[in-house]
Amino acid sequence: MNYKRIKEKIYKWIFTVLAFSSLFFLVGIMIVLFKEGTPIFKDVGFFKFLFGSKWYPTYEPPDFGILPLILGSIWVTAGAIIVCVPLGVGSALYLNELAGFRQRQFLKPIIELLASIPSVVYGFFGMVIVTPFLQKTFNLPTGLTALNASLILGLMATPTVCSIAEDALSYVPRSFREASFAVGANRWQTLTRVVIPAAGSGISTAIILGMSRAIGETMTVLMVAGGAGVIPKTFLDPVRPMTSAIAAEMGEAPMGGDHYHALFAIALILFLITFVFNIIAEIISRRFRIKLGLSG
Amino acid sequence: MKKLAMIMAIGIAAISLAAGTCFAEKIVVAGSTTVLPIAQKTAEVFMDENSGVDISVRGGGSSVGITALIDGNCDIADSSRPIKDVEIQKSASNGRDPVAHIVALDGIAVVVNKSNPVSRLSKKQVRDIYMGKISDWAQVGGKPGKIVVVSRDTASGTFEAFGELIMNKEKVLPSALMQASNQAVGQIIGQTPSGIGYVGLGFMSGELKAVEIDGVMPSKETVLSGKYPVSRPLFMYTNGKPQGVLKEYLDFIKSKKGQELVETQGYVGLK
Repeated sequence: MNYKRIKEKIYKWIFTVLAFSSLFFLVGIMIVLFKEGTPIFKDVGFFKFLFGSKWYPTYEPPDFGILPLILGSIWVTAGAIIVCVPLGVGSALYLNELAGFRQRQFLKPIIELLASIPSVVYGFFGMVIVTPFLQKTFNLPTGLTALNASLILGLMATPTVCSIAEDALSYVPRSFREASFAVGANRWQTLTRVVIPAAGSGISTAIILGMSRAIGETMTVLMVAGGAGVIPKTFLDPVRPMTSAIAAEMGEAPMGGDHYHALFAIALILFLITFVFNIIAEIISRRFRIKLGLSG
Repeated sequence: MKKLAMIMAIGIAAISLAAGTCFAEKIVVAGSTTVLPIAQKTAEVFMDENSGVDISVRGGGSSVGITALIDGNCDIADSSRPIKDVEIQKSASNGRDPVAHIVALDGIAVVVNKSNPVSRLSKKQVRDIYMGKISDWAQVGGKPGKIVVVSRDTASGTFEAFGELIMNKEKVLPSALMQASNQAVGQIIGQTPSGIGYVGLGFMSGELKAVEIDGVMPSKETVLSGKYPVSRPLFMYTNGKPQGVLKEYLDFIKSKKGQELVETQGYVGLK
């Protein structure tokens, strides 16, 4: 056996291990989440935990109802979608359809740069600039609201949505556009009737991944959502999304207690939500590739 | 083969470096963010005075610290609350024996925005505000306006102390803004004219105004004399009676010099 072949084998082995390590970590995380999260369902009951409207984990007797937290997450995510879809898809359309080469070279990295700003910086921006602004504009007692979190999260999810939507648009074959122009459609008609429908599932994937990004974000919502564990009635109410409850309380929950298990159960539910989002995104994008005749 | 030799050389160097630090006496401190500034400051000074001692200080929260102590991952657990029964049972089953050391006192100041004219509240008024029974500043002699109630997270040691000393274990209204740190509470009250919150004395700033509780202003003197009704001890826990350098460090914190350092951080020293 020569030296080179052994070396090659070793490299192959190392990279195989590295590739499978993600799987190993994923399974490990799932096992821990299930192991630490499920005991609370036995104590409280699954439906009571999921649909209880009171979150008082440290009182005697405690209330473990996470409905306000789930709704808090859903509200800020929905709000973020309202912000990031027009921004993200709009910029993707502009970049792909209208921008010249030099504009594109300039704009794309800038939008992607938005993704590299740490979330704590976004949170700080929200706390110091957006909060007083909302407080004054809407004459609110406090500017720390679902709206505030939605605006910031929307901005944070924009680069994700934009860059995936842009990829989807660029996969639409040239021939589609050319055929459309050939039958006399103008630019707008080509865009709305041909390009967007063709890239539609890719754009949906972009939006779903944007949602995953928004619902999982922690630091920002911890700083700007207000943190009140009530069922929100309007976007101008403070909310307490699931992530911020976990982040704020985990450090102080006695290990092995009900509160500790409840926080893990929240994490488990959050994990399942983003897991489902990602699977849906994967299915849609696979169909999309098949539809366009690209390799699945 | 040259490369291999180099990698080995680096490896040996790294191992010997690691071994070098092993000769230093090492203390790991973890836990409550409230006690963190005390641990940091005293550790700095103690290390300056005793070369060869290496103290690493981490935050994380009271429960994180106590969990680490139970698991044997730290030597000292900082805590802003006494250890709980669950944790004592857990320690016993792990063969650990947590011993409490009180290192400082902390007053919890009820704070409002500095523009708020209200400067005194009774304990009962504060409780009613936090329960939602009083919801407008006009009800306690201030300018009419909805009170924005800001609280610490239900799991924090500060909340626990507040809950016991002010709330008599009554529930804080669910629409209160629950914040993860003293700084966050201070930040919100600083920019919310109609807000009310509470922070450890060490976290008072120019934007905040402390309110007299039952006619007593929170200060070092009133906390020490026990007149101010909202104060609590801060703890460090060790496994069993501390020995050797661990004992020296804890004795240092409790010494006159250590307690002066505690006061520079805004806490109240033990007499």
